[in-house]
Amino acid sequence: MSDSRVIAPVEAAHHEHPPYQRHHFETYAQQEDATNFAMWLFLLTEIMFFGGLFTAYLIYRNWYYPAFVAGSHQLSIPLGGLNTLLLITSSFTMAMGVWCAETKKQGGLVLCLILTFILGLGFLGIKTIEYGEKIEKHHVPGFHYSLQSFLDPDSDEAAKAAGDKPMALDMARHTEVYFSLYFAMTGMHAVHMIIGIAILAFMIFRARAGAYTTGHVTFVENFGLYWHFVDIVWIFLFPLLYLISRHQ
Amino acid sequence: MSQPNLNDQDGQGHHVAHEHHIVSPKIYLVILLALLVGTALTVWASYIDLGILNPILALAIACTKATLVVLFFMHVKYATKLTKLTVGAGVFTFLILVGMTLADYFSRAWGRW
Amino acid sequence: MSDTIVSLPDQSTARIPKVNFMSKENGLLSWLLTGDHKRIAILYLISITFFFFIGGALAGLIRLELLTPQSDLMATDTYNKVFTMHGIVMIFLFLVPSVPATLGNFFIPMMIGAKDLALPKINLLSWYLYVGGGILVLYTMMTGGVDTGWTFTTPLSTHYVNTNVLSTGLAVFIAGFSSIFTGLNFIVTIHKMRAPGMTWFRMPLFVWAHYAASILMVLGTPVLAIAIVLVALERTIGIGVFDPTKGGDPLLFQHLFWFYSHPAVYIMILPGMGVISETISTFSRKRVFGYTAVAFSSVAIAVFGFFVWAHHMFIMGISNYSMLVFSLLTMLVAVPSAIKIFNWAFTLYKGSITFETPMLYTFGFMGLFTIGGLTGVFLGSSGTDIHLTETYFIVAHFHFVMVGGMLMAFLAGIHFWWPKMTGRMYPEKISQLAAVVTFIGFNLTFFPQFILGTLGMPRRYASYPPEFQILNVFSTAGATILGVGYLLPVLYLVWSLKYGEIAGNNPWQATGLEWQTQSPPLTENFAEIPIMDHEAYDYEWLEAQKEKEVASVG
Repeated sequence: MSDSRVIAPVEAAHHEHPPYQRHHFETYAQQEDATNFAMWLFLLTEIMFFGGLFTAYLIYRNWYYPAFVAGSHQLSIPLGGLNTLLLITSSFTMAMGVWCAETKKQGGLVLCLILTFILGLGFLGIKTIEYGEKIEKHHVPGFHYSLQSFLDPDSDEAAKAAGDKPMALDMARHTEVYFSLYFAMTGMHAVHMIIGIAILAFMIFRARAGAYTTGHVTFVENFGLYWHFVDIVWIFLFPLLYLISRHQ
Repeated sequence: MSQPNLNDQDGQGHHVAHEHHIVSPKIYLVILLALLVGTALTVWASYIDLGILNPILALAIACTKATLVVLFFMHVKYATKLTKLTVGAGVFTFLILVGMTLADYFSRAWGRW
Repeated sequence: MSDTIVSLPDQSTARIPKVNFMSKENGLLSWLLTGDHKRIAILYLISITFFFFIGGALAGLIRLELLTPQSDLMATDTYNKVFTMHGIVMIFLFLVPSVPATLGNFFIPMMIGAKDLALPKINLLSWYLYVGGGILVLYTMMTGGVDTGWTFTTPLSTHYVNTNVLSTGLAVFIAGFSSIFTGLNFIVTIHKMRAPGMTWFRMPLFVWAHYAASILMVLGTPVLAIAIVLVALERTIGIGVFDPTKGGDPLLFQHLFWFYSHPAVYIMILPGMGVISETISTFSRKRVFGYTAVAFSSVAIAVFGFFVWAHHMFIMGISNYSMLVFSLLTMLVAVPSAIKIFNWAFTLYKGSITFETPMLYTFGFMGLFTIGGLTGVFLGSSGTDIHLTETYFIVAHFHFVMVGGMLMAFLAGIHFWWPKMTGRMYPEKISQLAAVVTFIGFNLTFFPQFILGTLGMPRRYASYPPEFQILNVFSTAGATILGVGYLLPVLYLVWSLKYGEIAGNNPWQATGLEWQTQSPPLTENFAEIPIMDHEAYDYEWLEAQKEKEVASVG
């Protein structure tokens, strides 16, 4: 088969395309579709990543239920509940931000992004307070972990308020597993929040320059997906870690 | 109106763009309120002794809240079949991981045969 | 009937096309910052070849030690490090990216008529993550290695060894994300970037195979990531999730680890099966028998592959009920693989078979993968597995499927698409010799290991009872021959870059969009996006094209 056929350089029909369309896509719609789908696939990896932690949690909660109950009583429902409200509201403001980008309201978009940013920071601030309390009480696994609150609940404000009874030594030691999972799960969640907040800061600058209100909304949309996912993880973490059992 | 299809191609095989449906802020507000109510509900329920129903109820409320976020905040209700399938695939695989692993742990307690 | 289908242009006048993806831009940066999927594929090809020979050297050390029953070549601790690093390098740095990152990256866009993958920058990031993971593995090797076995079993890896578990874990974590991003890219590309007329069932089966493998990459690898994170936390802070003294369960690690690592073996083999579909069709001049069955069986392997992981844990302490369920499901997962072998065999039937090098490797694959796969069934049956697990039977089983299967498929693919990637043919006679040498060396190396396993020789031991020596000597002899068989291709392929015959567009007269363009291809693959108007493996369409050409020239 001969390959000496000369291919006359065909002037490719250079269709008009917006400046933000990449050259390997035929249309901007294709680019939008593809990047949106890619973001969903990335979220699938996140589901499976957290999945391992949830598996570990469910196993040990089943094995060491009393320890998990006692451990959860060390967490503050007002703080955890407030964090939940902050995060859910930030999801709302993020969704509103996407709407502003879609309807080309630049001012609204910037406002929504800033609100989301502040709410996210608020979440992290409260988390820092909570972590600080744990550190003070020596409830951090691997760092002089203390069983005092569980062996002698009356010596501990939170345990006393929850009406805890003194626990046997071996079950008390399993509270360390509870806190390991607490820090692993909320810590991993917090890492994702920090990354999200950093990207939000970047987006606020770009939004003020008008980057997302010219018809190119995919970045905001796809970031929104990420932010909502982080919210969903917390929607599960809150009842699983804080609300195991609050009745006597 | 073009039917959404997994091929993303029409009869001539040209790439079909998915119509961009813009969700209204009113819906977002309703969902926000629903989520806040759900949060209050789950906190309240944890103070009541419902026996085995406590964890079931907590998970049910959490799943409902998550579903609302996925469908409306993340626009999945208005998305293509492919997106819905993708979310389903993720949830399915997650359930396999959790379910089959937990099944091993639970069945250990059943003894030999 | 001629004994070859090779059809090259007139060598006295043929030239490599002046404008192609390699000549388009020059300079190191144009390669290191490229978005072109073909350049990234070449970068991957060079890096995985490098790591393959490192893994191969480690294998040589293993076989050298096992020549004698005593642990006399190296200390037992060192031997542990050697086989661990061999496994880690070969699995994560060679087998997992081998076909997808080289041939998949290069040809998936071309096969579906696209200009590039959907996310070129993520593609480049994938390669950098791979290189980063690889460098970290090298660092680990130079600072004392890891000796836990590539499976990092707890509590050994978390509590009882003093070696570089953390840095190796980090390396695997990083390389894992390389794999995730490649798979993600493929899925988006295959869904969203197909040319007009390129429906799902007109795509080459190579693409279907990569689609299935990509699903596994995206959904499975993150679980490995979290398993590694937990091991790291356990080792550094002592969180206790895998520590029995703190109430943890070491088996939890294994559940998480094998949830990825079993689908990982399908991540490794599916792309190889994709190659076989292409070569077996081309060298039988026949469409693949039962296209739909082969396509769906790829996806079935991917789905079922998620349900069987605990067959690696039969003796580890899972419940009897788990053993029953996982054993049953393992029997099921063998079925789609067998379907493929049947379909390829029926493709051969009444085909016009020729024996160029890719076809030699293909035949090798058919036989060796079948043996490897069947021995997998023995292992999937929990009763026999209790006797055979942790022996050389397992080692032989996975080397048959991975080396006799996957590596042969990789070599088949490299030879098959070499003319398209480089514009030059490799030298046929010496390559056929290398294929035969590889086949002989492989069987001599690994078949004795099946026998050793049934006789009871444990794996991962530097010393063994003297009655096993003769079989081990055969195995080592075979390994030496195998080494020669793998060295030859590197030499003659590099030689061919300068001295190989000019290949032209379609030296194999293959169907497939990639063969209808110049060799090497243009950076944008196609001057115009092609419109797909015929089925896959349509040799009649190819004949019609040739006739049109003959009619229009002169």
